[in-house]
Amino acid sequence: MPTPTVLLGAVAYDPKVVTIWEGFRAWLRGRGLDFDFVLYSHYERQVEDLVAGRIDAAWNSPLAWLRAERLAVANGTTVRALTMRDTDQDLTSVVVVRAGSPVRQLADLAGRVVAVGAIDSPQATLIPLGHLAAAGVTVDVRRFDVGVGLHGDHIGGERDAARALVAGEVDAACMIDANHLAFVQEGTLPPEGTRIVAQTARYDHCNMTVRAPESDGVRLFGTLLLGMSYADQLVRPLLDLEGLTAWREGRTTGYDALADAVDASGFYSPDGRVTATDYRP
Amino acid sequence: MSATPVAEVDLGDLGFGRGAHLLVQRALAGLPPGGRLAVSGRDPALRVHLPAWCRGRGHRVEWPDRGDRTDPAAVVVRGSADDDRWFGAERAGPALPSALSSRPPARWGLGARGALLEAGGPEARFDLDDRDLVWADIAPHLYAQAAARQWDPQAAVPWDDPFALPSDVEAAVVQVMTYLVENEQAALVVPARFVGRIHPHFREVVQLLAIQMADEARHMEVFSRRALLRGAELGTSSAGGRQSLFTLVAESDFALASFLLSVLGEGSFVDLLSFLHENAPDPVTRRICWLAMQDERRHVVFGMAHLEHQAQLDPLLRDRLRAAIHRRHDALVDTAGLNADVFDALVVLAAGGWHPDDVSAGFGRVRALQHAMDQGRQRRLVRLGFRADEAAALSALHTRNFM
Repeated sequence: MPTPTVLLGAVAYDPKVVTIWEGFRAWLRGRGLDFDFVLYSHYERQVEDLVAGRIDAAWNSPLAWLRAERLAVANGTTVRALTMRDTDQDLTSVVVVRAGSPVRQLADLAGRVVAVGAIDSPQATLIPLGHLAAAGVTVDVRRFDVGVGLHGDHIGGERDAARALVAGEVDAACMIDANHLAFVQEGTLPPEGTRIVAQTARYDHCNMTVRAPESDGVRLFGTLLLGMSYADQLVRPLLDLEGLTAWREGRTTGYDALADAVDASGFYSPDGRVTATDYRP
Repeated sequence: MSATPVAEVDLGDLGFGRGAHLLVQRALAGLPPGGRLAVSGRDPALRVHLPAWCRGRGHRVEWPDRGDRTDPAAVVVRGSADDDRWFGAERAGPALPSALSSRPPARWGLGARGALLEAGGPEARFDLDDRDLVWADIAPHLYAQAAARQWDPQAAVPWDDPFALPSDVEAAVVQVMTYLVENEQAALVVPARFVGRIHPHFREVVQLLAIQMADEARHMEVFSRRALLRGAELGTSSAGGRQSLFTLVAESDFALASFLLSVLGEGSFVDLLSFLHENAPDPVTRRICWLAMQDERRHVVFGMAHLEHQAQLDPLLRDRLRAAIHRRHDALVDTAGLNADVFDALVVLAAGGWHPDDVSAGFGRVRALQHAMDQGRQRRLVRLGFRADEAAALSALHTRNFM
């Protein structure tokens, strides 16, 4: 029987991506999976290649998952979420104002300037703006387009939005909960200098997207990922770099808010075409 | 009932931006994986920050209904990542230098000796990892002594004491100082080449050699400073002298390099510094030679201690030491050895005047110095287990450059 194979696509949003997947590759090959990876400069081509069958698995952002799902439906195929990180589940985003701001609740932001991350950031742009829109609040959006095409993996846009808030250039800023904590701890935001005026419902983040039905290689890949233990000294440094303590079974129940935001903003068409007007990954 | 928290922590007004995680972490440390911790607090961002912090550490957060209570109280369910991180961890040997490992593993690397090491990490290559090769029980004691006796070149030397020497005597001092500087330079470089190769498990040896290098750095400073105290130029440096020092620096075997440098070279150097202390024509020269001599004695003690230990365990060591002396002798056989200017300068200093009788007496004193050096080398060779006649023959092969 031939050795099962998997070719994975990952987006090179940071040099550490090479370290992570080279490390995982060695570990997976040592366990009977002929594994390799290709790196993409943005998510759109990666998703297209997955649906076209040029790669077997895509380490996808939530936005890339939605597009893969739509493209697959459009061409009569199916994709599914094989696995995700424990840290991909049940995230929230927050809308933050300066502590002394007169803004007490979401409605008070109407007509004010709200800083967001890059145009394609689920957590710092699409989901929080969707949250505001759902509450019927219309704001003046100031976007910080850092790493466009990386679907918000680059923290730069969120950090610039936070800095703009501190500098008084905007009335509010949007960011993922963990980055609010990180910005307070690193000093980008003064500890008592900001106030959270809104928190979104919980949503999920990245997943390992594969075509269904899965090949033997993809099935083995999923089993091996789920078997990675934080107690294993070989993979622990890689898990630390990738930001997880364990892989979980994939689930797709946490993407509704993002899907609504994508539809409302016209980011992708229902059949998965890129329709956002000023999006140039 | 598993859903009931077994522990609780009240964070008061403390938020995660100001260290609340420490209280949560401390409370979780007492629970097994799956254990439940009730967390309450009044920080407005607690509801956002607690789950974000827990998520990154593999803990789960639940928000039970608290009825009419308004302050948030979460239940943190402890994950296993904190324990998993320490699976397979091991102590890097004993904290104190008793019962040291005979061959510490490369994986201990730069971990502090005695620390609990997380598994994984680099296999650091410290090739001098044999206790019998690098260790001596006296090393911690010598290190403590060396650290306590570091002196400040500015404060320890009477640089401003008035003295005036005839120009030819001053020139002799400058020549000797020039020679000392280049020898000290070699004495610094030799341990420097080994310090980075010694396994940190034997850290007292590393510390001792580091201080030894600091000693040599100070010696270079004070000898240079004395050379330039009354003039602007240094003396001469002979090709043969530099060749002799180069053979010392080129020795890549730790035991052989210690042998050539500390036992033979610095041992002879102690005699030279003692001679200069006695025959110094000025208070600055006298003082700096005395200070350097104290340090060099310590270097010899360590070199002897670890070679004596090794010679007891390894009967073949003496063959290697013998071969090293022969090799160095062969490499230097066609060179002049000691710079003639240095020899003459030593005679001038020992003569103390230009009357033929003074010069004759000075010459005799330098000969006596060479004899004392030879006797010292023979004594140390005998302590390392060489027979007396062989020790005499080997000592005679030592470089004429003293070091």
